[in-house]
Amino acid sequence: MNYHRTLKSAVAALAVAVPLCWSGIANAQDAVNLRMTIWSANEAHLKLFGDIAAGFKKDHPNVTVTYESLPFDTYTTALTTQIAGGNAPDMAWIFETAAYDFVNSGALYPLTDTLKATKGYNAEELSATAAERWTKDGKLFAYPFSTSPFAMFVNNDLIKASGAKTPAEMIAAGQWTWDNAIATASTVGKTGKGGLIVRDFNYQIWQNLASVWNGWGASPWSADGKTCTMTEKPMVDALTFIHDAVFKNKAMPGPGESVDFFAGNAAMTITQISRASLLPKDKPFAWDLVPLPKGPAGNYALIGQAGVGVMQAGRHAKTAAEFVAYMTNPENSAKLSQFFPSARKSLLNAEVLKKTNPLLSQEQIDKVVISGIATGKVIPGHTGFAQIQQAVRSGLDAVWRPDANIPTALQQICGQIGPLLKR
Amino acid sequence: MAVAQQTARPEGRSSSSFWTIARRDSLAGFLFIAPQLIGITLFVLIPLCLVFWYSLHEWNVLANTFTYTGLTNYQMLLEDTSLPSVLGATAIFSAGLVIFNLSLALLLAVLLNQKLAGITIFRTLFFSPVVVSLVAWTIVWGFLLQKNGGINGVLLVFGIEGPNWLREPVTAMISVIIVQVFKNVGLNMILFLAALQGVPNELYEAARIDGAPRFKQFRRITLPLISPTILLTSIITIVGSLQVFAQIAVLTQGGPGLTTTVLVYYLYQQAFQFHFFGYGSTLSIMLFVIVAVLTFAQWQMRKRIVFYES
Repeated sequence: MNYHRTLKSAVAALAVAVPLCWSGIANAQDAVNLRMTIWSANEAHLKLFGDIAAGFKKDHPNVTVTYESLPFDTYTTALTTQIAGGNAPDMAWIFETAAYDFVNSGALYPLTDTLKATKGYNAEELSATAAERWTKDGKLFAYPFSTSPFAMFVNNDLIKASGAKTPAEMIAAGQWTWDNAIATASTVGKTGKGGLIVRDFNYQIWQNLASVWNGWGASPWSADGKTCTMTEKPMVDALTFIHDAVFKNKAMPGPGESVDFFAGNAAMTITQISRASLLPKDKPFAWDLVPLPKGPAGNYALIGQAGVGVMQAGRHAKTAAEFVAYMTNPENSAKLSQFFPSARKSLLNAEVLKKTNPLLSQEQIDKVVISGIATGKVIPGHTGFAQIQQAVRSGLDAVWRPDANIPTALQQICGQIGPLLKR
Repeated sequence: MAVAQQTARPEGRSSSSFWTIARRDSLAGFLFIAPQLIGITLFVLIPLCLVFWYSLHEWNVLANTFTYTGLTNYQMLLEDTSLPSVLGATAIFSAGLVIFNLSLALLLAVLLNQKLAGITIFRTLFFSPVVVSLVAWTIVWGFLLQKNGGINGVLLVFGIEGPNWLREPVTAMISVIIVQVFKNVGLNMILFLAALQGVPNELYEAARIDGAPRFKQFRRITLPLISPTILLTSIITIVGSLQVFAQIAVLTQGGPGLTTTVLVYYLYQQAFQFHFFGYGSTLSIMLFVIVAVLTFAQWQMRKRIVFYES
């Protein structure tokens, strides 16, 4: 009797437990953990990304998104090492310089169909020029969620103290040219402070010099990317101008000299507008944000981009694409644009940008941000960029000497990178 | 031995029992060395074989392709126009490091071998850089060696305009060597100090009685008796010098030009920055061969230059 009772109880317990366990296993199988590598560890950025991930989870309760901050300097190297090690993230931010490598290699999952299928996404309003570098065969492989123009931050206190004209005064007088900008930087340089800094260039990240040489109409290679154009007159002239600014006019810190604009130690710096967050709050100085000066080739603008793509090697590419669609929908793009200017046309207006960039005036937004995004060229990039970057960096070391023979050095660089460009 | 085993076998056990004492001893021995053996297999032997395997392939990480190319990567070694500069920079760095490091370490050890008040403090001071984080150490030196950095600031006090240490081809290499020497000289210094303290005092007393001057005592007594330590430190320092990476990455990134691009930094660039994992593996095989040949040559030289009391 007891035996039968025990058997019945056991069967009843199993009848209850098995479905419960089964549903638990099924839930565990459905759970999706997406990982996205990013190069920002900024608390405000991470909070915003966290909020977007939480919003996605409301509609996709089984999906969790985590962000992994990798160091900026070695970001692409760390990312490719993860891929090589079989630990590819599901999604990744990608530098504009590495875009061709990622898009052309087939490393990224195509996003076009997912974006078009997402209700209210309005993919058509993404500017075609902004999407150019991230598109192949008519398909978008990464969404250029940050399209940030380069501009000139100015320390008016230092400039006025040196007796030079401020950029705003030169703009008003129609004199905002590279010659005048360097003259001002040189005047401040003579007071013992730094003149003009191309931020992050540091005689290594030479592609940031496009913020100067684009004013001469120079570029390191032809539009089709096949031919080195560093020996052509615009580049020789532009680099001679920069060389003179460094070694003759003392208008720019030389190699091996470190000066920080945001600590109040320099007159001007060229950088992206997102760096406004570095302006000092404790000991503020009178600052201004102005467009890049006019070069011999006329007015111009330069933009830096970041794309977010889904890795083919990830285990949940389809779900990750859905998350990218959610992350970059009109509503979330508006939120992101407080840090990362959007390439969506509806968000490129003074009203929206003023709300998200409270530090900037209406005029600064009009002249620098909107105009910059509309007309700017993207920083140079190429397939196999890391190798080309290194070859040019190494070759340009011969230029960053007081007695440099610039045309010869550029000839040698073209000899080095010519075969790399043709691959 | 067999007799001893039979004698030691407990009574009542069959002589055909599998677990003889010898076998049990062997098992115990293997169990003791198992952690080390597993570690070496997992983290040295298997990676070494894998690197050789990768060197026979072209591995495009982004495109997820892994193609067998035979000896193509080894052929590339011969055609690589940057390699002579890289090997030259590596040789200069190694030679400079070994000469400066060993000389300074020996000099410091001789000085710190005196019986003076507070000598322990000096020993600790010279040894302390060894325990400092390498990257932190290098970053601080990076600031000091800037054109407008601390070292040139000090030189300016004496009216000397210092060079642009990390940007001139000659000074860049010297700077990297000096930073590395100061970082690790303490380790060799301690080894030399231990060796010096092992030299019998009677030999010096006898030499003094014979009227040998101090330098002669050093040449004829000290150097021969510490020669095993000199061999050890030179092997450690040469192998270490061929593996330098962080200092180059932080201080010069291989520049100016290729003047400080040493072999490990170059293979890092090829494999991890340019994504040529196959060629990077080939370069690391070449580094392995260089280290093996140099170590073997030094080991052979011991017969000629190392003095063993026995």
